[in-house]
Amino acid sequence: MNRALRLIRRRAISSIPVLLIVIVLTFLLLESASGDAVDAYLLSIGGGDATVAQSLRQAYGLDQSMPARLWLYVSSLAKLDLGWSVAFSRPVLDLVLERLPNTLLLMGSATALSFGLGSALGILAGAKPESLRDRALSTVSLILYAIPSFWLGLVLSIIFAVQLRWLPTSGIETIASGKTGLTRAADIAAHLVLPVAALALIYIALFLRVTRAGMAEVWRLDFVLFARSKGLSRARIVLRHVARNALLPLVTMLGLQSAAMLGGSVVIESIFAIPGFGRLAQEAVSGRDAPLLMGIIVVSAVLVICVNLAVDIVYAALDPRVGVSESGG
Amino acid sequence: MSVLCEIRNLSVTYRGQKIPALNGIDLDVIAGERLAIIGESGSGKSTLARAVAGLLPSGSAMNGKMRWSSGHPLQPGRDLGFVFQDPSASLNPVLTIGEQVAEGARQHLGLSWNRAYSQALDMLQRVHIPEPDKALKAFPHQLSGGQRQRVAIAAALAAKPGFLIADEATSALDMVVQAEIVSLLDELVREAGMTLLFITHDIALASGFADRVAIFKDGRLVESGPTGTVLAAPQEAYTKALIASHRDLSTPPLVREVAS
Amino acid sequence: MRLIRNLIRTPEGAIGLGILALLVLIALLAPALSPGDPLRIAARPLLPPFTDVNFPLGTDRLGRDVLAGIIHGTRTSLAVGIAAALAAIAVGLCVGLAAGFAGGLVDEALMRVVDAFQIVPSFLLALAFVSVIGASVPVVVLAIALGAWADPARLTRAQVLSIRERDYVASARVIGMHPAEIAFKEILPNALPPVLALSAIIVAAAILTEAALSFLGLGDPNVVTWGSMIAEGRNILRSSPSLSIFPGIALVVTVVGVYLFSEGLTKAIAGRRSEA
Repeated sequence: MNRALRLIRRRAISSIPVLLIVIVLTFLLLESASGDAVDAYLLSIGGGDATVAQSLRQAYGLDQSMPARLWLYVSSLAKLDLGWSVAFSRPVLDLVLERLPNTLLLMGSATALSFGLGSALGILAGAKPESLRDRALSTVSLILYAIPSFWLGLVLSIIFAVQLRWLPTSGIETIASGKTGLTRAADIAAHLVLPVAALALIYIALFLRVTRAGMAEVWRLDFVLFARSKGLSRARIVLRHVARNALLPLVTMLGLQSAAMLGGSVVIESIFAIPGFGRLAQEAVSGRDAPLLMGIIVVSAVLVICVNLAVDIVYAALDPRVGVSESGG
Repeated sequence: MSVLCEIRNLSVTYRGQKIPALNGIDLDVIAGERLAIIGESGSGKSTLARAVAGLLPSGSAMNGKMRWSSGHPLQPGRDLGFVFQDPSASLNPVLTIGEQVAEGARQHLGLSWNRAYSQALDMLQRVHIPEPDKALKAFPHQLSGGQRQRVAIAAALAAKPGFLIADEATSALDMVVQAEIVSLLDELVREAGMTLLFITHDIALASGFADRVAIFKDGRLVESGPTGTVLAAPQEAYTKALIASHRDLSTPPLVREVAS
Repeated sequence: MRLIRNLIRTPEGAIGLGILALLVLIALLAPALSPGDPLRIAARPLLPPFTDVNFPLGTDRLGRDVLAGIIHGTRTSLAVGIAAALAAIAVGLCVGLAAGFAGGLVDEALMRVVDAFQIVPSFLLALAFVSVIGASVPVVVLAIALGAWADPARLTRAQVLSIRERDYVASARVIGMHPAEIAFKEILPNALPPVLALSAIIVAAAILTEAALSFLGLGDPNVVTWGSMIAEGRNILRSSPSLSIFPGIALVVTVVGVYLFSEGLTKAIAGRRSEA
């Protein structure tokens, strides 16, 4: 427990400068856009004259110098104020909080599915390296890994939603159906099957390959030979000795892939019309809504930091060698 | 003086190699004895140990006969315990000491985990690990090299096999610790009446406690016999050279000082 | 070169090299294989595939030739993929070398910047970049490179740090070799192989990112890309799914080719090192 708390504190402290760099660089990027949020707003309402523009800019503080505006933004962030969305005419924080749960559900399910299935298949493949089963799984995983997730989403949509009509084509639940409790959960689950599958398949392939490679590496280590010399059952050797060690790099990978999965959710949510955080990013882009885009990037960074931290804590729990040098114990 | 294992014309070639690692070995292992296999690197001594234990890597070609007194080869864990050279590599870094010592007992003695853990505690006491109850929950990286080797010995003997093979079990340890481990092995084997096959390159170490020695060179058995006899009156030139090359504090210096 | 020979000897390397060579050929010969502007209207709309020998893969909603689109799309995908990967690796190598050699505060500062670029999802970054600057091929290349340079930088730095401590570098220092000479003769050649293996992965990721960007309408509107073709086909998914399926297959084949090539390359490099 102490190790976990120490890790959290250390990570939180070192994340602040990184987050600040993210904020400053994104701010600079969005600055270089021609026209600011007021221009975009005026464009969307069909034009306006200079005085209206000027007064709007004064109201939003957009007429100040860049460093001043940057400082204003950062200090608002500290108060959890992410700014005002031009396209939606609502606070960015509200939009984010509204859309984030759907994406978390999508990503969480995809992660669970890909970790569970990917590692299980990887253990199967790695239990007998170079066997027929191993080669077959390696080949299949290579092809799956090459499939673009958005195309896969379309193909799955064609097969299961359009042709077979087993699953719904879009949305996160049947609108205005009035369902509650378990039936609502089942409805949401049905809507999520295809998007989760499209998002997860690539990661199933990746985790399969990583687990299998890890298994092949660990098989060659001496403690496996020692386990064999103790006459332990094959199942115990494969699971408790080889897999238990081979899965450690996979846990680290989970953290690294969370950023990529968040990016992938942008396209998947667009295809399946899921009202999530990823789709919000696409809407911010098409609405030329710089404050919203800024807020999305900042929240994404924080999300990835949190996931990485959680992963590190889990890793520390699984590998007793971690964190030893600092504790001196 | 019953023969535990009768080895006749044993040859072993590893996969992909042309030259055999073991060539035509004829050797008897007598039940209850302490037999030391002595040779330099590449002599095939470790290969013999693995072959006897049935732990050769897959694809190795084995010819010749090994006849066991029980009628079938000994099962690793149940009838046979194996201790390797590098104690750090023998232990799984993510499992507790207790689990790694207990699992052999659980597998072969059919004990529940609780009973297996108390058996493990007993074993850790027998190998003289300090604070064995704490050690049960500790991890390998928390112990010193010598302690890890004691744990490995405890784990190898947890199911109470009758035959122990120690493959260069002391070579990776400091001198003082080496002597401790050797005396531990001696004590355990005597107490339980086990047969011990001790592989080493150090003739002096082996001569301290082995009943019989067998000298290996380049995959062949050069000479074998009771320790005292072989050391006092070596028949083969190689054996003589091995004994002569042994250096201790009483031998004259290799490099003479130049008078300045 | 022994490396290429080793590469062809592995089945992965041979197949991967074959696929890539074919694709490069198609990309280079595109104007000859399929003359004229692929975005022009060539025939009646929604011609089904495998019915007309002049348009083997059919036509889309506006009557544009699907096969022409796929052939010309090869150029965009390969060009963007390779250019983005080169840019990412060049920047990554520079930053990694600088951080690994300088050490201290410079190293810390550079690594925080690398952290920042790894924390923001690279697709979001590319999205933001293209939407702000404008969608054209160079901008897309830059956008993808921005998201991809952090991994090579981290890898290069790790390599430099480990090699710096090795005995052969210490002996070079002892005999009085100039630090820059040590850097280029001793360290860089040994730091490169893992980065090279990573480069093929980056090319594959870049190709997929470009496709996703143009699928969302953020690619260069003046060139034909597989992603934009898939997006086009999405509008008539129910009646003519082939319009989205064919470009997707092209993407899968390309990326599989890159991965196989990369696996073959990794094995060839490992083989070469064990020989040496």
